[in-house]
Amino acid sequence: MIRRFPPCQRARRAAGALASLLLTLFGLLLFTFLLAHLAPIDPALQVVGDHASEASYAAARHGLGLDQSLPRQFVHYVWRLMHGDLGISRSTGQPVASDLLQAFPATLELATVAMLGGGLGGLGLALLAARHPGGWSDRLARVIAIFGYSVPIFWLGLIGLLLFYARWHWAAGPGRVDDIFLYTRPAGSGLLLFDSLRAGDGELLRNVIAHLWLPATVLALNSLAGVARVMRAALLEELHKEYVTGARARGSGEWRIVCRHVLPNTAGMLVTVLALSYASLLEGAVLTETVFAWPGIGRYLTTALFAADTPAILGATLVIGLCFVLLNMLADVLARLLDPRTR
Amino acid sequence: MNDSIETLAATAPRRADSSGGRRLPRSLLLGGGMAVLLLALALSAPWLAPYDPNLQQLGARLLPPSALYPFGTDGFGRDVFSRVLFGVRPTLLLVSIVVLLTMPFGLAVGIVAGMAGGWVETLLMRATDLVLALPKLVLALALVATLGPGGVKGALALALTAWPVYARQARAETRLLRNSDYLAAARMLDIRGLRLCFGHVLPMCLPTAVVRAALDLGGMILAIAGLGFLGLGVQPPTAEWGAMVADGSAVIFDQWWVAMAPGCAILLASLAFNLLGDGLRDWLDPRHE
Amino acid sequence: MNDFAPSENRLPPLLEVQHLSVSVARGAGWQPLVRDVGFRLDGGLSALVGESGSGKSMTARALLGLTSPGCRIDAATLSLRGQELRTASPAQWARLRGCHLGLVQQDPRYALNPVRSVSWQVEEGLRLHQRGLGRAERRERVAAILSAVGLDPVRRLLDAYPHELSGGMGQRVMLAASLICEPELLIADEPTSALDASLRDQILDLIARLAAERRMTVLVISHDLPLVARYCGQVLVMRNGELLETLPADRLAEATHPYTRMLWRCQPSAATYGQMLPVMDEGEWQ
Repeated sequence: MIRRFPPCQRARRAAGALASLLLTLFGLLLFTFLLAHLAPIDPALQVVGDHASEASYAAARHGLGLDQSLPRQFVHYVWRLMHGDLGISRSTGQPVASDLLQAFPATLELATVAMLGGGLGGLGLALLAARHPGGWSDRLARVIAIFGYSVPIFWLGLIGLLLFYARWHWAAGPGRVDDIFLYTRPAGSGLLLFDSLRAGDGELLRNVIAHLWLPATVLALNSLAGVARVMRAALLEELHKEYVTGARARGSGEWRIVCRHVLPNTAGMLVTVLALSYASLLEGAVLTETVFAWPGIGRYLTTALFAADTPAILGATLVIGLCFVLLNMLADVLARLLDPRTR
Repeated sequence: MNDSIETLAATAPRRADSSGGRRLPRSLLLGGGMAVLLLALALSAPWLAPYDPNLQQLGARLLPPSALYPFGTDGFGRDVFSRVLFGVRPTLLLVSIVVLLTMPFGLAVGIVAGMAGGWVETLLMRATDLVLALPKLVLALALVATLGPGGVKGALALALTAWPVYARQARAETRLLRNSDYLAAARMLDIRGLRLCFGHVLPMCLPTAVVRAALDLGGMILAIAGLGFLGLGVQPPTAEWGAMVADGSAVIFDQWWVAMAPGCAILLASLAFNLLGDGLRDWLDPRHE
Repeated sequence: MNDFAPSENRLPPLLEVQHLSVSVARGAGWQPLVRDVGFRLDGGLSALVGESGSGKSMTARALLGLTSPGCRIDAATLSLRGQELRTASPAQWARLRGCHLGLVQQDPRYALNPVRSVSWQVEEGLRLHQRGLGRAERRERVAAILSAVGLDPVRRLLDAYPHELSGGMGQRVMLAASLICEPELLIADEPTSALDASLRDQILDLIARLAAERRMTVLVISHDLPLVARYCGQVLVMRNGELLETLPADRLAEATHPYTRMLWRCQPSAATYGQMLPVMDEGEWQ
């Protein structure tokens, strides 16, 4: 007698997950909307200036839709968002949406490279620790994890720049590429690693890597710590289970047990922690990009903060928040998919 | 009657009864010691610091570390060592504010949700999950940016998004307790409602909440320092580590000491609380070993 | 099915154990869990019985070298066909286990890997010990062993996961996984404790039949003396980490040791209905 979950139950769960996602997004939108209206700076005043007449002030208010009731404004807000209109940035004068679109690939590239490094490194460290519980690799994993968790990322970036850029010249300076390349880089996705590889431009590629490796490593340390910590605990807990004894009794060696028996059981945990790590990388990128003058969304946000550019701040917050929420949801979904017990 | 209630109280679900005889883990001792040291420094800063942290000596700007100035001086001629010592205060103060706000609120939400059940529980948990899924630092940044910078405002902003973990944990524990003999005994004595929640359920949820708080404190310290780095935290001239690192970042290549010392301080403080949290968790829940 | 016949060839016995002790580190010293156990297995089915905590499972694990890292195993002799196991390296143990020594555990819900399919787990022994086989041949052998344990090797079973199987099916899958490399000694650790009464006889029957077909020696660990006495030739009785008595199963009714007598007599049945079952009187023996 083989039991399986009926498909209607699965559909119901999927619908529930979707509802959760929409609810969370709604909450995020509400938050940014309310924030825009709680700002002490009057947006109409910002547009027309302090010495404008009553009429032009009223016109500005009407133009921005501020004379309507709050719920109606919210509906308009959501409507505009669905059309990709995030407002106009006060400092650049450009639509926030297009600014963000330009900045997005930079953050994507940085975060993805950092994620790969941190994820692989953290997993490797955890596997080593699980293979020799209580041994030196276990202790090393714990020490690295706790340091990675405790170090302030912006400070680490500064020290990295000091040592690797100023003193030892192993890394290139702030920015994605040297200025020479700014006008000659190939048009494309904006993901420079990809673009330079496709164009076959070796010099550009080397330059890109020279600029990329340090901020990526700094960012990766945090996610490495998180992944190592969680996976080490998960693997060690699984190693106490009965099926591990069974595998040993069939003649399986210890490495095989860790990699082919225990690790698949922790796949759900791994995927969850990777997705959550990626999400927190986006937050960490805000500070890292500021230190390395990396032209991504994080730097866009902090620049907007310094310039008190409210639409830009809220637009960037919304986009980062959206990515964050989606990644959290992805983590949930993947974890459930990977566990055959809940399929 | 009293006898059996005593016995039932003694059989109340407890996290790890064996904690009495276990050896204290090293991380707990180390982290606890560092945390106590931090507290001592915060309290005794005025006596330990050789200079006033806000005293500007324009003739002694950007001096390297020496016997006179152990950590050197910054761009305004202020002694970095004194500023680092005084910087413990805002950090610990703001972190305490965050914890003192989030823990009770989160516990209350979780306990009420767990005890009430039904649609109350569903509603509260949906709200909790919603806030849990939002990016904390970025939202705090947005809040502080639009409402104006300030240390306390930053702490409040962080607190706004940090309570869900406590709520989730408390609700899970309350659900387990809901049908336990321990609570049944209390109900038999006609202890109901709020008194039941806060007199009997709360003490059971406190240990995990405390461990969770200790684990979160390290991250909170980093978040507050991050806000300070971006100039959105404690405003100058008050000495705050994150802001000091920002000051030092302008001169990092030549006068590295200005950013180095406060950064190390952030690292050590965060490390202290992370160790403390890890140690507490290992001590109270041996399964995590 | 009492198949206890002393080995007639001059090979050393399949399993020889003398003065086996297992201790666990406690504080500064060692606390003994199993003390001075000695027996010999050579063909047929033997039973190791005792209450919970008597050390029978610990002894079984020690025979496979599978005690937890905090435990220490001391023995004068622990040999498999003359090969000394006390000094075996981890690599040697890995070769012996699955290929010469087999283990069937108690509860298929926990003893099978939850995220691997039935065919993957049954096949594992072949992948570890018989590398030269091709995929088709491995699949054939998996089908063969599944049939031998009474399961129909259809696609649905092969691709199933442990949580989708019933208790009896899971137990048979565990058996199949342990027997696929044809070990000479099979240790069954409480193979029927997690099953309903109706299935217990079926499983023991199956084990006995397979043992006879494959000329395999089996050691059954159990707390159910009457059940195993029906299938096993030799019975070893343990209590508090000590081996009290070794005797042939057909002589259980006339056991001399008071503990064994009590274990044998306290089986509830129609005859004892309405009476108090005998309990252990500590003063009877020392």
